[in-house]
Amino acid sequence: MTHLGYLIAGWGITFAIIAGYSVAMLRRGRVIGARVPADRRRWMSTND
Amino acid sequence: MPEPVAANAPARSPEGHAGVGTGSTGTRILGGLVLVGLVVVFVLAFFVTEPDLVQKDIVRMLYVHVPIAVVTLYLSVAVMAVASLMVLWKRSMWWDTTAAAAAELGALFCGLMLVTGMIWGRPTWNTWWEWGDVRLMTSLVLFLMLIGYLAYRRMLVDPMARARRSAVLALVSSLNLILVNRSVEWWKNRTLHQESSLIEGKLEDLTLFTLFLAILVFVGLFAWLMIHRFRVGWLEYQSETAGLDIALAERRAQASVDVDEAVQHPKVEPGKQT
Repeated sequence: MTHLGYLIAGWGITFAIIAGYSVAMLRRGRVIGARVPADRRRWMSTND
Repeated sequence: MPEPVAANAPARSPEGHAGVGTGSTGTRILGGLVLVGLVVVFVLAFFVTEPDLVQKDIVRMLYVHVPIAVVTLYLSVAVMAVASLMVLWKRSMWWDTTAAAAAELGALFCGLMLVTGMIWGRPTWNTWWEWGDVRLMTSLVLFLMLIGYLAYRRMLVDPMARARRSAVLALVSSLNLILVNRSVEWWKNRTLHQESSLIEGKLEDLTLFTLFLAILVFVGLFAWLMIHRFRVGWLEYQSETAGLDIALAERRAQASVDVDEAVQHPKVEPGKQT
């Protein structure tokens, strides 16, 4: 296979960054969710 | 604003309370499908499709670079623009949270679009970056505008002022989408990019199928990320306002105690008794 280094870099960087961002976002959600009162965690409904 | 339907209900604990995270049954199913889709795309891209006659194996960057570009340009920025319009129309924090989530994902995918484009460009065009290329420059400007939008949001404290002002900035930034999209057609002699292979029908059979599947999977990935990022933003807003409400309630309670004490024990200055 030609250009293997470029392919590994391109695909690797893409999925490493997306995976890292996803994990960070899920953790952030858990941390903030624990701080929010239970009656305010239903984020899909709002009167704002 | 009217209440959106909770089609994707949050995870619930055995006690019946909403879970503390941002996951739900729907997002877990979607996430699983996206993971399976990514594996299928990877297998098709590396082990089933044939290399290109001219570009050889580096053409396999097509299956990651193009879907990222589609998600950046046609989803993230478009969602940000529509949500920002709705913010100005409805004055709604729900739409503001949506716009902010789309902008953050737009910046992420736009950055990835630039990086994967550079990695694809080095063996194909013999250069990492070309400052005179209009497609590259308009994409870079879009990336910087999205970063600027996110930085600007952090500068403003009042939620409604932040929503309105950043909505205007988002609408101005999203105009750049037209330039990025049309740059190859409008400035043909000032870009290394070719016109869309999809529109010109240059792709066939398995290559075309793999590309469409990859775009579909990345759209699913965007949807999954968008739901979670929206919920994180919404929890941040709730946390912010909950803190304010508690502080206001404490202040009111303190003020009430002060008034009661003043009524029961009025202060009398010496020498002023009648």
